[in-house]
Amino acid sequence: MLGSAERPLRVAVVGSGPSGFYATEALLKSGRTVQIDMYERLPVPYGLVRSGVAPDHPKLKQAILVYDKIARSPAFRLIGNVTIGRDLTVEELRGAYHAVMFTCGAEADRRLGIPGEDLPGSHTATEFVGWYNGHPDYRDLSFDLSQEVAVIIGQGNVAADVCRILAKTVDELKHTDIAEHALEALSRSRIREIHVIGRRGPAQAKFTNKELRELGELADAAAVIDPADLVLNPESEAELADKNNDVSAKNVEIFRGFAVPSGSTKRRRVHFHFFKSPVELRGRERLASIVLEKNRLEGPPFNQSARGTGEKMELQCGLLFRSIGYKGRPIPGLVFDERKGILPNDNGRLRDGNGVIPGLYCAGWIKRGPTGIIGTNRADSVATVNSLLADLEQLDDTGDKQGADALYPLLEKRGVKYIGFQDWLKIDAAEINRGRPKGKPREKFTRIAEMLEALQS
Amino acid sequence: MTTLVTDNCQRCRFTDCVTVCPVACFHGDAEMLYIDPNVCIDCGACVPECPVHAIYEEKDLPDDKRHWIAINAERAPNLPVVEEKQEPLPTAEARKKELGY
Repeated sequence: MLGSAERPLRVAVVGSGPSGFYATEALLKSGRTVQIDMYERLPVPYGLVRSGVAPDHPKLKQAILVYDKIARSPAFRLIGNVTIGRDLTVEELRGAYHAVMFTCGAEADRRLGIPGEDLPGSHTATEFVGWYNGHPDYRDLSFDLSQEVAVIIGQGNVAADVCRILAKTVDELKHTDIAEHALEALSRSRIREIHVIGRRGPAQAKFTNKELRELGELADAAAVIDPADLVLNPESEAELADKNNDVSAKNVEIFRGFAVPSGSTKRRRVHFHFFKSPVELRGRERLASIVLEKNRLEGPPFNQSARGTGEKMELQCGLLFRSIGYKGRPIPGLVFDERKGILPNDNGRLRDGNGVIPGLYCAGWIKRGPTGIIGTNRADSVATVNSLLADLEQLDDTGDKQGADALYPLLEKRGVKYIGFQDWLKIDAAEINRGRPKGKPREKFTRIAEMLEALQS
Repeated sequence: MTTLVTDNCQRCRFTDCVTVCPVACFHGDAEMLYIDPNVCIDCGACVPECPVHAIYEEKDLPDDKRHWIAINAERAPNLPVVEEKQEPLPTAEARKKELGY
């Protein structure tokens, strides 16, 4: 049967971030005979561990050691620099594999949906994160760091990353793997004030304790809060009293520490604002200010939502980043849930209007939406692989499923320069070499052409 | 800095934590789990997973539990890795109640 030594189960995994690697790991450990081909649109793997995790969090990037080990399995191939839906169609994959699993994440940003959102000076957090992490898609963006006031909309860990990179000194960043162009631009930054804005209160902020604490420990930036913002309603007090909500309780404790006047002489300041929603961005040629509406909370504990009070305030700012969540991008040939920004699925089995589509699966952010951290994807990918293994008898095993061997000729005919895992190891070594003289763990290649050139030498 | 398992895990061993560990750094004996500090990447994913709050980031560790740093570091590397959810110990539910969760 399928998954035996005579008839290996051939699976295509689309996307080389954490969810793709944890799905691969689960398949390799399933006890079946499997052959996994992982497709990645860039010539470099590891998704958001490479291009999302902040450069000043090197320990988190060590998750790559686990993926590297998985990738060295003889039952695994990386096929990089290939975009599914452009270089190969979903149908072509289905013809070559028993199952196709999409683990391609959520790359698009949610919009605020307010006037002025597209004014120059208003950006998504994704753009900034991709830029400082050297992702080729965002390589040529520029951010006007000659501005003195920046606003960040959102109070989760991505907002914290953006805030830290804006607030840190060059000395705090220069020995990380931050992209050279970003370090150069940040060295000329004139940002003085950073406002981090949340629509609900300190008890509902989504930061993890560790990320929030870091914002109070910056070399040349002081965290500040108006103590009036830390007055909690009884519902929020009830939330904090819950023994299972100690992350929020600790966050509030950290915020209270920020509210104590410190007489700091640090050059930059990080202001936390609560109970405020952006309603308009203003400016003639470019962003000049943001209009915020004051909110109050409504609803029972753990289900409180922000309602506008009508009271408004205007805050001058020249730079803005919105960090209010991600959405997946539609994939040609697949049904897409625009509202949730995910591939519609039942326990990881893709479905359309007629029900489950045999042989198609998803895991990670494109399955459940952009929640959780790296490890959350491991449990999620294991669940999808369990769905796949339960379907084994129903998978299409007609024709000769040859995996990538059947698709390489197509890619060559189409002039696609695909790369394998050994090629990545060469790029990896070249990046590490480039970083060495600067005391950096690596200096990333930030253009696809440069990555491919590194393979020539 | 590391993350570690403390005494609340004893007589529980719920193992929810291991399913979200990105680097498989949990090890276990018959009594409880331990984290290998040389493998843990300090992501904190496991901390909120524990139904009895046995896992702490070092910074949040209460003073009377500091000895668990050494215990995790000593025991974890010599025990088998636990990376899939297992049945909790038979005493787990009673112990959870006793601990007030």
